Amino acid sequence: MATRYSLGAAINAGLRAAMAHDDKVVVMGEDVGTLGGVFRVTDGLAAEFGADRVVDTPLAESGIVGTAIGLALRGYRPVCEIQFDGFVYPAFDQIVSQLAKMRARSQGRLALPIVIRIPVGGGIGAVEHHSESNEAYFAHTAGLRVVSCANPDDAFHMIQQAIASDDPVVFYEPKRRYWDKGEVEDEPTRSLHEAAVLRDGSDCTLVAHGPTVATALAAADAAREDGFSVGVVDLRTLSPLDVATLRKVAAESHRVVVVHEASTFLGIGAEIAATITESCFYDLEAPVLRVGAYNLPYPPAHLESDFLPDVDRVLEAVETSLNF
Amino acid sequence: MTLTVPPPTALATVLEARQDDPRATPPLQLIDEAGEPTALGVQVGIDVDLAQEMHADMVLARRLDSEALALQRQGELHLWLMSWGQEAAQVGSVRAVRDTDMIFPSYREHAVALCRRIAPADIMRQWRGVSHSGWDPAESKVHINSLVLGTQTLHATGYAAGVRMDGADEVVLTYFGDGAASQGDVNEALNWAAASSLPVLFFCQNNQWAISTPTDTQMRTPLHVRAAGFGVTGYHVDGNDAMAVHAVTRYAAEQVRRGVGPALVEARTYRLAGHSSSDDPQRYRTDDEQQQWLAKDPVVRLERFLRGVGVEEAHFADLAARADAFAATVREQCRALHGEDLASVFDQTYAEPHPVMAEERAAFVARRDRAVA
Ligand SMILES: Cc1ncc(C[n+]2csc(CCOP(=O)(O)OP(=O)(O)O)c2C)c(N)n1
Repeated sequence: MATRYSLGAAINAGLRAAMAHDDKVVVMGEDVGTLGGVFRVTDGLAAEFGADRVVDTPLAESGIVGTAIGLALRGYRPVCEIQFDGFVYPAFDQIVSQLAKMRARSQGRLALPIVIRIPVGGGIGAVEHHSESNEAYFAHTAGLRVVSCANPDDAFHMIQQAIASDDPVVFYEPKRRYWDKGEVEDEPTRSLHEAAVLRDGSDCTLVAHGPTVATALAAADAAREDGFSVGVVDLRTLSPLDVATLRKVAAESHRVVVVHEASTFLGIGAEIAATITESCFYDLEAPVLRVGAYNLPYPPAHLESDFLPDVDRVLEAVETSLNF
Repeated sequence: MTLTVPPPTALATVLEARQDDPRATPPLQLIDEAGEPTALGVQVGIDVDLAQEMHADMVLARRLDSEALALQRQGELHLWLMSWGQEAAQVGSVRAVRDTDMIFPSYREHAVALCRRIAPADIMRQWRGVSHSGWDPAESKVHINSLVLGTQTLHATGYAAGVRMDGADEVVLTYFGDGAASQGDVNEALNWAAASSLPVLFFCQNNQWAISTPTDTQMRTPLHVRAAGFGVTGYHVDGNDAMAVHAVTRYAAEQVRRGVGPALVEARTYRLAGHSSSDDPQRYRTDDEQQQWLAKDPVVRLERFLRGVGVEEAHFADLAARADAFAATVREQCRALHGEDLASVFDQTYAEPHPVMAEERAAFVARRDRAVA
């Protein structure tokens, strides 16, 4: 039976289910206990599972990931919350050199089933360092899995799938969609590393993830009113990419536009464009185009609406693709 | 064969008294440079059997260093990091904890590894360039080496959090250097372990140098003093006195095991060789300094002590023969080490299926097989 949840509440429910299912699951981060996290995603978990399993940590991001690694080596399954996207950088070494590589460095002996939850992206009028889209750094790193949820149903199931994974997973939560509501099914419809074709399109396909899925859907609606059939793919998984689905939509719609909040230079869109071009060159009627943020430091909140991709910029790119 | 029966609290009394005043203290000694028991050594007693065992461990560890360095010169190893001069700090500390206590080493702890019965082959594997690590931590209870300075102290801290949740009476021992002590991770770990009162024993081998950088460039407050600022009990020991290291670490470990929170042992020692087989220490330190520390050589010191208390020549002759046989094993094991195929790295990177990697692996294997055909 489906239940209606906001995206944030769905993650909360997913965490609760995972903790109830496996008593080795431990939630840890800054202010995740009594407060329930600054976005309340861990609300009520400390009361239910106790301070040993919902740990208010010192303010030390490297410490959060580093101690999570130690906990995992001891047999626990830590779920770390990084309070905001821009504060993950102090933990960068622990993520890319320790967490990602431990399995290969130990010749497959050591598993680190750790999830790092990161509220990501802009659009909420935040002060600096609170609006970044840094998924490409982690997707670039072998040994990590990177996923990005965009709706409550996925949020609920993907967080549980990520926790169940024996590999480390960076789990992105689109913070400006935390309050969006939707139906959550009892059972997952997809595995963690499958993209979702939300809409078929014969003229062009938009490929988005996290916060820009809603933008892409709105753009596809607008295009339909103009008589164009524009498909939408929610990537869901950024590493590994669901290359099979990308190839399929490229072959069917012949035109692909990638939409993400991160800057375009060396972003996920660049990888998708290259992947599709390498394997579907003759299916394409136009080069794969990218719509993303400008290649600037994230600007002050007053300027973010100009900085972030919106429906108009997506439609412009669709038009460019169609006219190519 | 015990020199004197130790009054159970003599050392504790001294160590406790030192805690009253968290200022720099001279490193605690039980045996002096000449191999004579100090006044404190006489008072607390020195276990000659243990001294003999640790002396043997140290001799073998040093032999591993000299063999490995020679193998590096012959091109059999890519790199070697010598623990020369630090054998007492390593052997004394690892023997002071239980075999069931987990260890998070840095990268220079070969003497520790040998004491945990890790085969020379498995110690050399990484330095021969055939893999990133050599041994199974589940067997030896020694985690793989950490080359990014200080990172392992956080892993130890997290592991200790797990120990406590499990209700186990284990201590987690982690090694780091004076240079690493400047890293954020080490300071985060000290703070975190103290705030959560976790069973971590931080062991700093202050060998005076971080490659070419002397300790006074790293810090103004000595580490055993800094510890108090974190709420960590700090101990200062002569790292070239194996018996003192053992006694102090044993005491600190048992305190930690009692659940009073983390402790830190700063062992004052010296890296007698270069930083690594690639280093040239003459570019940054004087012969004078080297000579001064040679006079404090931990292996020589313990031998002097053992001879002083009447250990017979036969013991030393047997040990020399054992070391020669060990050296032959080291050479043999090193030359027999061969790497795995790159395909295995594809298999070892993720626990679960990864289609993009699988595709790349298939392309690699096809290419490799074409090349072989
Ligand atoms: C984060 C980091 N920075 C730099 C290095 C390069 N490096 C390797 S060993 C070393 C010196 C370390 O000195 P110390 O911690 O005192 O340990 P020691 O080598 O003396 O045992 C340096 C700078 C490194 N491994 N990790």
